[in-house]
Amino acid sequence: MPDYTLKEMMAIAAAREIKDGDIVFCGTGISMLAAMAAKHISAPDSTIFFETGAIDSLLEEVPLAVADPRVMYYTAVNGSLADAFAFMQNRRTGAHVVGIMGAAQIDPYGNLNSTVIGDYHHPRVRFSGSGGACDVASFVDRTIIFMQQQKRKFVPRLDYLTSPGWLGGDDSRTAAGLAAGGPAAVITNMAVFRFDDKTRRMYLDAVYPGIDPRQVLDQMGFEVDTDRAQTFQPPTKRELEILRTECDPQRLILG
Amino acid sequence: MNQPSDKLMSLKDAIERFVADRAHISIGGFTINRNPMAAVYEIIRQKKRNLHLYAHSNGQAVDELVGGGCVSRLEIAYAGSGRFAPTCIRFRKAVEQGRLQVEDYSNYQMTLRFMAGAMGVPFLPCRSGLATDIANTWGFPASLRQSDPKLPDHKLVVTENPFGTWCDTTKVVLVPAIVPDVTILHVQEADSHGLVRIEGLTFADIEQAKAARRLIVTCEKLVETGRLKQRPDANQLPPFCVDAVVHVPWGAYPTACYRHYDYDPVFLNRYKQEAAGDESYRQYLEDWIFSHKDHKAMMDSIDKDRLASITADGRTGYASGLERR
Repeated sequence: MPDYTLKEMMAIAAAREIKDGDIVFCGTGISMLAAMAAKHISAPDSTIFFETGAIDSLLEEVPLAVADPRVMYYTAVNGSLADAFAFMQNRRTGAHVVGIMGAAQIDPYGNLNSTVIGDYHHPRVRFSGSGGACDVASFVDRTIIFMQQQKRKFVPRLDYLTSPGWLGGDDSRTAAGLAAGGPAAVITNMAVFRFDDKTRRMYLDAVYPGIDPRQVLDQMGFEVDTDRAQTFQPPTKRELEILRTECDPQRLILG
Repeated sequence: MNQPSDKLMSLKDAIERFVADRAHISIGGFTINRNPMAAVYEIIRQKKRNLHLYAHSNGQAVDELVGGGCVSRLEIAYAGSGRFAPTCIRFRKAVEQGRLQVEDYSNYQMTLRFMAGAMGVPFLPCRSGLATDIANTWGFPASLRQSDPKLPDHKLVVTENPFGTWCDTTKVVLVPAIVPDVTILHVQEADSHGLVRIEGLTFADIEQAKAARRLIVTCEKLVETGRLKQRPDANQLPPFCVDAVVHVPWGAYPTACYRHYDYDPVFLNRYKQEAAGDESYRQYLEDWIFSHKDHKAMMDSIDKDRLASITADGRTGYASGLERR
Protein backbone atom coordinates (compact mmCIF):
# COMPACT_ATOMS: atom_id res chain seq x y z
CA MET A 1 0.00 0.00 0.00
CA PRO A 2 1.51 3.36 -0.97
CA ASP A 3 2.24 5.96 1.68
CA TYR A 4 -0.03 8.95 1.61
CA THR A 5 -0.98 11.85 3.84
CA LEU A 6 -4.50 12.46 5.12
CA LYS A 7 -4.71 15.59 3.00
CA GLU A 8 -3.93 13.51 -0.06
CA MET A 9 -6.56 10.97 0.98
CA MET A 10 -9.17 13.73 1.37
CA ALA A 11 -8.38 15.28 -1.99
CA ILE A 12 -8.65 11.89 -3.72
CA ALA A 13 -11.85 11.01 -1.85
CA ALA A 14 -13.49 14.19 -3.13
CA ALA A 15 -12.05 13.76 -6.61
CA ARG A 16 -13.74 10.36 -6.85
CA GLU A 17 -17.11 12.04 -6.35
CA ILE A 18 -16.68 14.05 -9.54
CA LYS A 19 -17.92 12.57 -12.83
CA ASP A 20 -17.57 13.45 -16.48
CA GLY A 21 -20.07 16.13 -17.41
CA ASP A 22 -19.98 17.71 -13.96
CA ILE A 23 -19.45 21.44 -13.70
CA VAL A 24 -17.38 21.82 -10.57
CA PHE A 25 -17.65 24.88 -8.38
CA CYS A 26 -14.73 24.99 -6.01
CA GLY A 27 -13.19 27.29 -3.47
CA THR A 28 -9.56 27.58 -2.54
CA GLY A 29 -7.26 25.04 -0.94
CA ILE A 30 -8.05 21.38 -0.89
CA SER A 31 -11.36 21.73 -2.75
CA MET A 32 -9.54 23.24 -5.72
CA LEU A 33 -7.01 20.44 -5.58
CA ALA A 34 -9.78 17.82 -5.57
CA ALA A 35 -11.33 19.38 -8.66
CA MET A 36 -7.94 19.49 -10.41
CA ALA A 37 -7.25 15.87 -9.46
CA ALA A 38 -10.62 14.68 -10.79
CA LYS A 39 -9.97 16.38 -14.10
CA HIS A 40 -6.56 14.76 -14.41
CA ILE A 41 -7.57 11.30 -13.18
CA SER A 42 -11.14 10.19 -13.76
CA ALA A 43 -13.26 13.03 -15.13
CA PRO A 44 -11.41 14.74 -18.00
CA ASP A 45 -14.74 15.98 -19.29
CA SER A 46 -15.58 17.84 -16.09
CA THR A 47 -15.30 21.61 -16.05
CA ILE A 48 -13.86 23.64 -13.18
CA PHE A 49 -15.39 27.03 -12.61
CA PHE A 50 -14.96 29.66 -9.97
CA GLU A 51 -17.44 32.06 -8.42
CA THR A 52 -15.25 34.88 -9.70
CA GLY A 53 -16.46 34.02 -13.22
CA ALA A 54 -13.51 32.04 -14.62
CA ILE A 55 -14.67 28.99 -16.56
CA ASP A 56 -12.41 26.08 -17.55
CA SER A 57 -9.13 27.72 -16.57
CA LEU A 58 -5.88 26.03 -17.52
CA LEU A 59 -4.46 25.66 -14.02
CA GLU A 60 -0.75 25.37 -14.69
CA GLU A 61 -0.10 26.46 -11.11
CA VAL A 62 -2.26 26.11 -8.00
CA PRO A 63 -4.29 29.27 -7.40
CA LEU A 64 -4.15 30.50 -3.78
CA ALA A 65 -7.51 32.26 -4.01
CA VAL A 66 -10.46 32.06 -6.38
CA ALA A 67 -9.43 35.51 -7.67
CA ASP A 68 -5.80 34.47 -8.21
CA PRO A 69 -4.68 35.59 -11.68
CA ARG A 70 -3.87 31.90 -12.27
CA VAL A 71 -7.60 31.21 -12.70
CA MET A 72 -7.79 33.76 -15.53
CA TYR A 73 -5.31 32.02 -17.82
CA TYR A 74 -6.50 30.16 -20.90
CA THR A 75 -10.14 30.05 -19.79
CA ALA A 76 -13.14 29.40 -21.99
CA VAL A 77 -14.72 32.57 -20.65
CA ASN A 78 -13.61 35.16 -18.15
CA GLY A 79 -17.01 36.28 -16.91
CA SER A 80 -18.22 37.95 -13.74
CA LEU A 81 -19.77 37.02 -10.41
CA ALA A 82 -23.24 37.58 -11.85
CA ASP A 83 -22.49 35.02 -14.59
CA ALA A 84 -20.99 32.46 -12.25
CA PHE A 85 -23.89 32.38 -9.83
CA ALA A 86 -26.44 32.39 -12.64
CA PHE A 87 -24.89 29.16 -13.96
CA MET A 88 -25.59 27.55 -10.60
CA GLN A 89 -29.27 28.35 -10.58
CA ASN A 90 -30.44 28.30 -14.18
CA ARG A 91 -32.35 25.27 -15.42
CA ARG A 92 -29.80 24.05 -17.94
CA THR A 93 -26.54 24.14 -16.03
CA GLY A 94 -27.66 24.17 -12.39
CA ALA A 95 -28.39 20.44 -12.34
CA HIS A 96 -24.82 19.64 -13.46
CA VAL A 97 -23.05 21.77 -10.91
CA VAL A 98 -21.23 20.09 -8.04
CA GLY A 99 -20.21 22.41 -5.24
CA ILE A 100 -17.20 21.65 -3.08
CA MET A 101 -17.09 23.57 0.17
CA GLY A 102 -15.80 23.66 3.72
CA ALA A 103 -16.96 25.25 6.97
CA ALA A 104 -16.20 25.89 10.62
CA GLN A 105 -19.20 23.90 11.87
CA ILE A 106 -21.51 21.25 10.44
CA ASP A 107 -24.71 19.80 11.96
CA PRO A 108 -26.33 16.33 11.47
CA TYR A 109 -28.16 17.52 8.35
CA GLY A 110 -25.18 19.06 6.58
CA ASN A 111 -26.06 22.66 7.34
CA LEU A 112 -22.90 24.75 7.56
CA ASN A 113 -21.54 27.67 9.53
CA SER A 114 -18.69 29.73 8.13
CA THR A 115 -19.57 33.01 9.83
CA VAL A 116 -19.19 33.11 13.63
CA ILE A 117 -18.65 31.05 16.77
CA GLY A 118 -20.75 32.43 19.60
CA ASP A 119 -23.39 35.12 19.35
CA TYR A 120 -23.56 36.84 15.94
CA HIS A 121 -23.46 40.31 17.48
CA HIS A 122 -20.70 39.49 19.98
CA PRO A 123 -18.83 36.58 18.42
CA ARG A 124 -16.06 34.73 20.18
CA VAL A 125 -14.57 33.95 16.78
CA ARG A 126 -15.34 35.66 13.53
CA PHE A 127 -14.73 33.86 10.21
CA SER A 128 -14.70 35.10 6.64
CA GLY A 129 -18.45 34.69 6.07
CA SER A 130 -20.43 33.02 3.31
CA GLY A 131 -18.75 34.23 0.17
CA GLY A 132 -20.49 32.11 -2.45
CA ALA A 133 -21.07 29.17 -0.09
CA CYS A 134 -24.66 30.03 0.80
CA ASP A 135 -25.42 30.55 -2.88
CA VAL A 136 -24.03 27.25 -4.05
CA ALA A 137 -25.64 25.41 -1.12
CA SER A 138 -28.99 26.99 -1.95
CA PHE A 139 -28.97 26.25 -5.67
CA VAL A 140 -27.11 23.17 -6.78
CA ASP A 141 -28.07 19.51 -6.82
CA ARG A 142 -24.99 18.09 -5.15
CA THR A 143 -22.47 19.46 -2.67
CA ILE A 144 -19.36 17.84 -1.24
CA ILE A 145 -18.22 19.13 2.12
CA PHE A 146 -14.70 19.05 3.55
CA MET A 147 -14.40 19.08 7.34
CA GLN A 148 -11.79 18.42 9.99
CA GLN A 149 -13.04 15.60 12.23
CA GLN A 150 -13.35 17.46 15.55
CA LYS A 151 -16.03 17.55 18.22
CA ARG A 152 -16.24 21.33 18.14
CA LYS A 153 -16.86 21.24 14.39
CA PHE A 154 -19.49 18.46 14.31
CA VAL A 155 -22.13 20.10 16.47
CA PRO A 156 -25.78 19.24 17.16
CA ARG A 157 -26.72 22.87 16.61
CA LEU A 158 -24.88 25.53 14.62
CA ASP A 159 -24.05 28.91 16.12
CA TYR A 160 -25.04 30.48 12.78
CA LEU A 161 -26.54 28.83 9.71
CA THR A 162 -24.59 30.24 6.76
CA SER A 163 -25.24 27.61 4.08
CA PRO A 164 -28.36 25.45 3.97
CA GLY A 165 -28.01 21.66 3.85
CA TRP A 166 -30.95 19.35 4.47
CA LEU A 167 -32.17 21.86 7.15
CA GLY A 168 -34.19 19.76 9.66
CA GLY A 169 -34.21 16.60 7.54
CA ASP A 170 -37.02 14.78 5.67
CA ASP A 171 -38.54 17.20 3.15
CA SER A 172 -37.82 20.40 5.10
CA ARG A 173 -35.37 21.63 2.46
CA THR A 174 -37.85 21.69 -0.38
CA ALA A 175 -40.57 22.95 1.99
CA ALA A 176 -38.38 25.99 2.66
CA GLY A 177 -38.27 26.71 -1.07
CA LEU A 178 -34.70 25.57 -1.69
CA ALA A 179 -33.49 23.49 -4.64
CA ALA A 180 -34.28 19.77 -4.32
CA GLY A 181 -30.68 18.54 -4.17
CA GLY A 182 -28.30 19.09 -1.29
CA PRO A 183 -25.26 17.75 0.54
CA ALA A 184 -24.07 14.41 -0.89
CA ALA A 185 -20.93 13.65 1.08
CA VAL A 186 -18.85 14.93 3.97
CA ILE A 187 -15.16 14.13 3.69
CA THR A 188 -12.96 14.43 6.76
CA ASN A 189 -9.46 13.43 7.80
CA MET A 190 -10.89 10.16 9.21
CA ALA A 191 -13.99 9.18 7.29
CA VAL A 192 -16.63 9.82 4.65
CA PHE A 193 -20.26 10.49 5.62
CA ARG A 194 -23.38 10.51 3.50
CA PHE A 195 -27.02 11.41 4.13
CA ASP A 196 -29.95 9.02 4.43
CA ASP A 197 -32.22 9.14 1.38
CA LYS A 198 -35.31 9.57 3.49
CA THR A 199 -34.46 11.20 6.82
CA ARG A 200 -31.55 13.18 5.32
CA ARG A 201 -29.57 12.65 8.50
CA MET A 202 -25.83 12.07 8.27
CA TYR A 203 -24.50 8.50 8.55
CA LEU A 204 -21.02 7.04 8.51
CA ASP A 205 -20.38 5.64 5.04
CA ALA A 206 -16.70 4.72 5.21
CA VAL A 207 -13.70 5.00 7.49
CA TYR A 208 -10.12 5.28 6.31
CA PRO A 209 -7.92 2.19 6.66
CA GLY A 210 -6.81 1.64 10.25
CA ILE A 211 -9.53 3.79 11.76
CA ASP A 212 -12.32 2.38 13.92
CA PRO A 213 -15.84 3.88 13.70
CA ARG A 214 -15.69 4.42 17.48
CA GLN A 215 -12.71 6.75 17.04
CA VAL A 216 -14.73 8.79 14.54
CA LEU A 217 -17.70 9.06 16.89
CA ASP A 218 -15.38 10.25 19.66
CA GLN A 219 -14.63 13.26 17.47
CA MET A 220 -18.27 14.22 16.97
CA GLY A 221 -20.74 16.22 19.02
CA PHE A 222 -23.66 14.05 17.88
CA GLU A 223 -24.41 10.39 17.19
CA VAL A 224 -24.61 8.96 13.70
CA ASP A 225 -25.53 5.55 12.34
CA THR A 226 -22.37 3.49 11.81
CA ASP A 227 -24.03 0.24 10.62
CA ARG A 228 -23.40 1.04 6.96
CA ALA A 229 -19.73 1.93 7.43
CA GLN A 230 -17.18 0.23 5.18
CA THR A 231 -13.45 0.66 4.87
CA PHE A 232 -12.51 3.32 2.37
CA GLN A 233 -10.46 2.32 -0.65
CA PRO A 234 -7.11 4.11 -0.17
CA PRO A 235 -5.61 6.21 -2.96
CA THR A 236 -3.97 4.24 -5.72
CA LYS A 237 -0.40 4.73 -6.85
CA ARG A 238 -1.63 6.39 -10.03
CA GLU A 239 -3.99 8.74 -8.19
CA LEU A 240 -1.22 9.82 -5.84
CA GLU A 241 1.28 10.30 -8.61
CA ILE A 242 -1.04 12.54 -10.60
CA LEU A 243 -2.04 14.50 -7.51
CA ARG A 244 1.59 15.11 -6.58
CA THR A 245 3.15 15.74 -9.97
CA GLU A 246 0.32 17.28 -12.02
CA CYS A 247 -1.78 19.11 -9.45
CA ASP A 248 0.42 20.46 -6.67
CA PRO A 249 4.10 19.84 -7.42
CA GLN A 250 5.14 22.72 -5.13
CA ARG A 251 2.97 21.22 -2.35
CA LEU A 252 1.40 24.64 -1.71
CA ILE A 253 -1.79 22.99 -0.51
CA LEU A 254 -0.68 19.44 0.24
CA GLY A 255 1.91 20.89 2.63
CA MET B 1 -13.96 70.25 -32.20
CA ASN B 2 -15.06 70.14 -28.55
CA GLN B 3 -13.28 67.58 -26.42
CA PRO B 4 -15.03 65.79 -23.55
CA SER B 5 -13.94 66.99 -20.13
CA ASP B 6 -10.64 65.85 -18.70
CA LYS B 7 -11.05 64.02 -15.39
CA LEU B 8 -7.42 63.45 -14.69
CA MET B 9 -6.39 64.37 -11.15
CA SER B 10 -4.07 63.32 -8.36
CA LEU B 11 -5.15 60.57 -5.99
CA LYS B 12 -4.89 63.00 -3.09
CA ASP B 13 -7.35 65.34 -4.81
CA ALA B 14 -9.71 62.57 -5.83
CA ILE B 15 -9.99 61.19 -2.28
CA GLU B 16 -10.27 64.67 -0.72
CA ARG B 17 -12.99 65.60 -3.15
CA PHE B 18 -15.12 62.44 -3.31
CA VAL B 19 -14.61 60.52 -0.05
CA ALA B 20 -16.05 62.36 2.96
CA ASP B 21 -16.18 61.09 6.53
CA ARG B 22 -19.30 58.90 6.93
CA ALA B 23 -19.51 58.33 3.18
CA HIS B 24 -20.95 55.06 1.91
CA ILE B 25 -18.25 53.61 -0.30
CA SER B 26 -17.68 50.46 -2.32
CA ILE B 27 -14.40 49.08 -3.58
CA GLY B 28 -13.73 46.80 -6.51
CA GLY B 29 -11.55 43.74 -6.88
CA PHE B 30 -11.70 40.36 -5.17
CA THR B 31 -9.62 38.95 -2.25
CA ILE B 32 -6.04 39.36 -3.55
CA ASN B 33 -6.75 40.70 -7.01
CA ARG B 34 -7.16 44.24 -8.35
CA ASN B 35 -8.07 45.81 -5.00
CA PRO B 36 -7.73 49.61 -5.37
CA MET B 37 -4.89 49.61 -2.86
CA ALA B 38 -3.31 52.97 -3.73
CA ALA B 39 -6.68 54.63 -3.10
CA VAL B 40 -7.13 52.63 0.11
CA TYR B 41 -3.74 53.80 1.38
CA GLU B 42 -4.61 57.40 0.52
CA ILE B 43 -7.91 57.09 2.43
CA ILE B 44 -5.97 55.81 5.44
CA ARG B 45 -3.39 58.59 5.05
CA GLN B 46 -6.12 61.23 4.98
CA LYS B 47 -7.62 59.64 8.14
CA LYS B 48 -11.14 59.31 6.79
CA ARG B 49 -13.47 58.09 9.53
CA ASN B 50 -16.77 56.26 10.00
CA LEU B 51 -17.01 55.05 6.44
CA HIS B 52 -19.85 52.67 5.59
CA LEU B 53 -18.20 50.07 3.38
CA TYR B 54 -19.82 47.72 0.87
CA ALA B 55 -17.91 44.78 -0.57
CA HIS B 56 -18.70 41.31 -1.87
CA SER B 57 -15.58 39.18 -1.38
CA ASN B 58 -12.79 41.52 -0.57
CA GLY B 59 -9.57 40.82 1.19
CA GLN B 60 -6.63 43.12 1.51
CA ALA B 61 -8.46 46.41 0.90
CA VAL B 62 -11.15 45.67 3.47
CA ASP B 63 -8.60 44.57 6.03
CA GLU B 64 -6.45 47.65 5.62
CA LEU B 65 -9.38 50.09 5.67
CA VAL B 66 -10.68 48.43 8.83
CA GLY B 67 -7.19 48.24 10.33
CA GLY B 68 -6.57 51.88 9.46
CA GLY B 69 -9.58 52.85 11.59
CA CYS B 70 -11.57 54.23 8.65
CA VAL B 71 -14.62 51.96 8.73
CA SER B 72 -17.41 51.76 11.30
CA ARG B 73 -19.96 49.72 9.32
CA LEU B 74 -19.45 46.97 6.81
CA GLU B 75 -21.82 45.05 4.53
CA ILE B 76 -20.01 42.08 3.13
CA ALA B 77 -20.17 38.48 1.90
CA TYR B 78 -16.61 37.41 2.58
CA ALA B 79 -13.53 38.92 4.19
CA GLY B 80 -10.45 36.87 3.39
CA SER B 81 -7.22 36.91 1.41
CA GLY B 82 -7.02 33.33 0.20
CA ARG B 83 -4.27 31.25 1.70
CA PHE B 84 -2.55 34.36 3.09
CA ALA B 85 -5.41 35.11 5.49
CA PRO B 86 -8.43 32.77 5.29
CA THR B 87 -10.19 35.34 7.47
CA CYS B 88 -8.98 38.95 7.21
CA ILE B 89 -6.96 39.62 10.34
CA ARG B 90 -7.76 43.19 11.38
CA PHE B 91 -11.38 42.65 10.31
CA ARG B 92 -11.61 39.63 12.60
CA LYS B 93 -10.14 41.52 15.55
CA ALA B 94 -12.41 44.52 15.01
CA VAL B 95 -15.54 42.35 14.92
CA GLU B 96 -14.53 40.26 17.93
CA GLN B 97 -13.76 43.43 19.90
CA GLY B 98 -17.08 45.02 18.92
CA ARG B 99 -15.47 47.90 17.04
CA LEU B 100 -17.10 47.16 13.71
CA GLN B 101 -20.76 46.63 12.87
CA VAL B 102 -21.17 43.96 10.22
CA GLU B 103 -24.05 42.78 8.15
CA ASP B 104 -23.55 39.49 6.27
CA TYR B 105 -24.89 38.61 2.85
CA SER B 106 -23.92 35.99 0.29
CA ASN B 107 -21.76 36.82 -2.67
CA TYR B 108 -24.56 36.54 -5.17
CA GLN B 109 -26.81 38.67 -3.00
CA MET B 110 -24.17 41.42 -2.85
CA THR B 111 -23.71 41.17 -6.63
CA LEU B 112 -27.46 41.50 -7.18
CA ARG B 113 -27.60 44.42 -4.76
CA PHE B 114 -25.01 46.30 -6.80
CA MET B 115 -26.81 45.28 -9.97
CA ALA B 116 -30.09 46.63 -8.60
CA GLY B 117 -28.33 49.91 -7.87
CA ALA B 118 -26.93 49.94 -11.40
CA MET B 119 -30.39 49.23 -12.86
CA GLY B 120 -32.13 51.82 -10.73
CA VAL B 121 -34.58 49.31 -9.22
CA PRO B 122 -35.15 49.05 -5.44
CA PHE B 123 -34.37 45.32 -5.17
CA LEU B 124 -33.75 42.12 -7.10
CA PRO B 125 -35.01 38.62 -6.30
CA CYS B 126 -32.94 35.49 -5.85
CA ARG B 127 -33.32 31.98 -4.43
CA SER B 128 -30.26 32.19 -2.24
CA GLY B 129 -30.28 32.10 1.54
CA LEU B 130 -33.80 30.82 2.30
CA ALA B 131 -34.00 29.40 5.85
CA THR B 132 -30.50 30.63 6.75
CA ASP B 133 -29.25 33.13 9.33
CA ILE B 134 -28.25 35.36 6.44
CA ALA B 135 -32.00 35.80 5.90
CA ASN B 136 -33.04 35.60 9.56
CA THR B 137 -30.38 37.54 11.46
CA TRP B 138 -29.82 41.23 10.93
CA GLY B 139 -26.47 42.87 11.60
CA PHE B 140 -27.84 46.40 11.80
CA PRO B 141 -30.76 46.98 14.16
CA ALA B 142 -34.01 48.46 12.85
CA SER B 143 -33.31 51.67 14.78
CA LEU B 144 -30.04 52.22 12.90
CA ARG B 145 -31.79 51.57 9.59
CA GLN B 146 -34.46 54.12 10.38
CA SER B 147 -31.96 56.74 11.50
CA ASP B 148 -29.88 56.55 8.32
CA PRO B 149 -31.70 57.56 5.15
CA LYS B 150 -29.00 55.81 3.12
CA LEU B 151 -30.09 52.42 4.51
CA PRO B 152 -33.24 50.50 3.55
CA ASP B 153 -35.68 49.60 6.34
CA HIS B 154 -35.04 45.86 5.95
CA LYS B 155 -31.91 43.80 5.52
CA LEU B 156 -33.82 41.70 2.99
CA VAL B 157 -37.33 40.37 2.51
CA VAL B 158 -38.40 36.74 2.05
CA THR B 159 -41.70 36.45 0.22
CA GLU B 160 -43.91 34.07 -1.77
CA ASN B 161 -43.25 34.00 -5.49
CA PRO B 162 -45.78 36.60 -6.77
CA PHE B 163 -46.04 34.54 -9.98
CA GLY B 164 -47.32 31.47 -8.13
CA THR B 165 -45.00 28.54 -8.74
CA TRP B 166 -43.66 29.91 -12.02
CA CYS B 167 -40.15 28.51 -12.65
CA ASP B 168 -40.76 25.88 -9.95
CA THR B 169 -40.10 28.50 -7.33
CA THR B 170 -42.29 28.99 -4.28
CA LYS B 171 -40.32 31.59 -2.32
CA VAL B 172 -37.89 34.33 -3.20
CA VAL B 173 -35.43 36.47 -1.29
CA LEU B 174 -35.56 40.16 -2.24
CA VAL B 175 -32.27 41.95 -1.69
CA PRO B 176 -32.19 45.77 -1.58
CA ALA B 177 -30.23 47.93 -4.02
CA ILE B 178 -26.95 49.50 -2.95
CA VAL B 179 -26.29 53.05 -4.08
CA PRO B 180 -22.83 53.95 -2.79
CA ASP B 181 -21.80 57.60 -2.54
CA VAL B 182 -18.63 56.57 -4.29
CA THR B 183 -17.13 53.44 -5.83
CA ILE B 184 -13.39 53.07 -6.31
CA LEU B 185 -11.90 50.71 -8.91
CA HIS B 186 -8.40 49.93 -10.05
CA VAL B 187 -8.28 48.98 -13.74
CA GLN B 188 -5.66 48.12 -16.32
CA GLU B 189 -6.32 50.97 -18.76
CA ALA B 190 -8.26 54.22 -18.96
CA ASP B 191 -8.09 57.45 -20.89
CA SER B 192 -8.26 60.88 -19.29
CA HIS B 193 -11.99 61.20 -19.98
CA GLY B 194 -12.83 57.98 -18.16
CA LEU B 195 -13.16 55.32 -20.83
CA VAL B 196 -12.27 52.14 -18.93
CA ARG B 197 -10.82 48.76 -19.90
CA ILE B 198 -10.49 45.88 -17.44
CA GLU B 199 -8.59 42.75 -18.44
CA GLY B 200 -9.23 39.30 -17.02
CA LEU B 201 -12.11 38.82 -14.61
CA THR B 202 -14.24 41.88 -13.94
CA PHE B 203 -15.74 40.40 -10.69
CA ALA B 204 -18.65 42.73 -9.79
CA ASP B 205 -16.73 45.90 -10.65
CA ILE B 206 -19.03 46.94 -13.46
CA GLU B 207 -22.16 46.69 -11.32
CA GLN B 208 -20.41 48.48 -8.45
CA ALA B 209 -19.32 51.26 -10.79
CA LYS B 210 -22.72 51.80 -12.33
CA ALA B 211 -24.52 51.71 -8.96
CA ALA B 212 -22.51 54.55 -7.45
CA ARG B 213 -23.23 58.27 -7.39
CA ARG B 214 -19.53 58.95 -8.01
CA LEU B 215 -16.79 56.80 -9.46
CA ILE B 216 -13.04 57.07 -8.97
CA VAL B 217 -10.93 55.01 -11.36
CA THR B 218 -7.24 54.44 -10.77
CA CYS B 219 -5.45 52.95 -13.75
CA GLU B 220 -2.27 51.04 -14.38
CA LYS B 221 -1.85 52.66 -17.79
CA LEU B 222 -3.19 55.99 -18.94
CA VAL B 223 -3.76 55.72 -22.67
CA GLU B 224 -4.31 58.29 -25.36
CA THR B 225 -7.84 59.32 -26.17
CA GLY B 226 -9.14 57.25 -29.03
CA ARG B 227 -6.87 54.28 -28.58
CA LEU B 228 -9.32 52.26 -26.52
CA LYS B 229 -12.02 52.97 -29.10
CA GLN B 230 -10.11 50.93 -31.64
CA ARG B 231 -11.28 47.80 -29.76
CA PRO B 232 -14.56 48.89 -28.21
CA ASP B 233 -15.74 45.37 -27.28
CA ALA B 234 -12.86 45.13 -24.81
CA ASN B 235 -14.04 48.22 -22.88
CA GLN B 236 -16.45 48.15 -19.95
CA LEU B 237 -17.34 51.65 -18.79
CA PRO B 238 -18.09 54.79 -20.79
CA PRO B 239 -16.68 58.14 -19.67
CA PHE B 240 -20.02 59.45 -18.41
CA CYS B 241 -19.87 56.96 -15.51
CA VAL B 242 -16.54 58.28 -14.30
CA ASP B 243 -15.75 61.32 -12.12
CA ALA B 244 -12.02 60.98 -11.53
CA VAL B 245 -9.24 59.26 -13.45
CA VAL B 246 -5.98 58.78 -11.59
CA HIS B 247 -2.89 57.30 -13.17
CA VAL B 248 -1.29 55.01 -10.55
CA PRO B 249 1.19 52.38 -11.74
CA TRP B 250 1.24 49.45 -9.27
CA GLY B 251 -2.07 50.83 -7.99
CA ALA B 252 -3.32 47.39 -6.89
CA TYR B 253 -0.08 46.40 -5.13
CA PRO B 254 0.28 44.24 -3.01
CA THR B 255 -2.72 42.57 -4.71
CA ALA B 256 -2.48 41.38 -8.30
CA CYS B 257 -3.31 43.18 -11.53
CA TYR B 258 -3.77 40.66 -14.35
CA ARG B 259 -1.27 40.99 -17.21
CA HIS B 260 0.72 43.53 -15.18
CA TYR B 261 1.82 41.93 -11.91
CA ASP B 262 1.06 39.15 -9.46
CA TYR B 263 0.21 39.51 -5.79
CA ASP B 264 3.32 39.88 -3.62
CA PRO B 265 3.64 36.78 -1.40
CA VAL B 266 6.49 38.37 0.57
CA PHE B 267 4.38 41.39 1.45
CA LEU B 268 1.25 39.36 2.24
CA ASN B 269 3.10 36.87 4.44
CA ARG B 270 4.73 39.70 6.35
CA TYR B 271 1.43 41.54 6.63
CA LYS B 272 -0.06 38.44 8.21
CA GLN B 273 2.51 38.63 10.99
CA GLU B 274 2.37 42.39 11.43
CA ALA B 275 -1.42 42.46 11.50
CA ALA B 276 -1.51 39.83 14.25
CA GLY B 277 -0.53 42.25 17.03
CA ASP B 278 -1.87 45.73 17.79
CA GLU B 279 1.56 47.23 18.41
CA SER B 280 3.15 45.65 15.35
CA TYR B 281 0.21 46.85 13.29
CA ARG B 282 0.62 50.42 14.52
CA GLN B 283 4.23 50.19 13.45
CA TYR B 284 3.18 48.79 10.08
CA LEU B 285 0.78 51.69 9.50
CA GLU B 286 3.52 54.16 10.36
CA ASP B 287 6.28 52.56 8.34
CA TRP B 288 4.34 51.53 5.25
CA ILE B 289 1.57 54.11 4.96
CA PHE B 290 2.07 57.30 6.97
CA SER B 291 5.78 57.68 6.36
CA HIS B 292 5.29 57.74 2.58
CA LYS B 293 3.63 60.72 1.00
CA ASP B 294 2.06 58.82 -1.88
CA HIS B 295 1.92 55.50 -3.69
CA LYS B 296 4.94 56.27 -5.81
CA ALA B 297 7.04 56.82 -2.71
CA MET B 298 5.73 53.54 -1.29
CA MET B 299 6.64 51.64 -4.42
CA ASP B 300 10.07 53.34 -4.63
CA SER B 301 10.80 51.90 -1.19
CA ILE B 302 10.45 48.33 -2.42
CA ASP B 303 13.37 46.36 -3.71
CA LYS B 304 13.43 46.40 -7.51
CA ASP B 305 14.26 42.72 -7.76
CA ARG B 306 11.18 41.90 -5.75
CA LEU B 307 8.99 43.91 -8.08
CA ALA B 308 10.65 42.21 -11.04
CA SER B 309 9.84 38.82 -9.49
CA ILE B 310 6.11 39.56 -9.42
CA THR B 311 5.94 41.18 -12.85
CA ALA B 312 3.52 39.24 -15.06
CA ASP B 313 4.84 37.31 -18.01
CA GLY B 314 3.26 37.92 -21.38
CA ARG B 315 2.15 34.33 -21.87
CA THR B 316 0.11 33.70 -18.71
CA GLY B 317 -0.65 37.17 -17.34
CA TYR B 318 0.83 36.27 -13.95
CA ALA B 319 4.38 35.68 -12.66
CA SER B 320 4.78 32.00 -13.45
CA GLY B 321 7.20 30.14 -11.22
CA LEU B 322 6.90 32.80 -8.50
CA GLU B 323 7.90 31.51 -5.04
CA ARG B 324 4.59 31.69 -3.18
CA ARG B 325 5.19 29.75 0.03
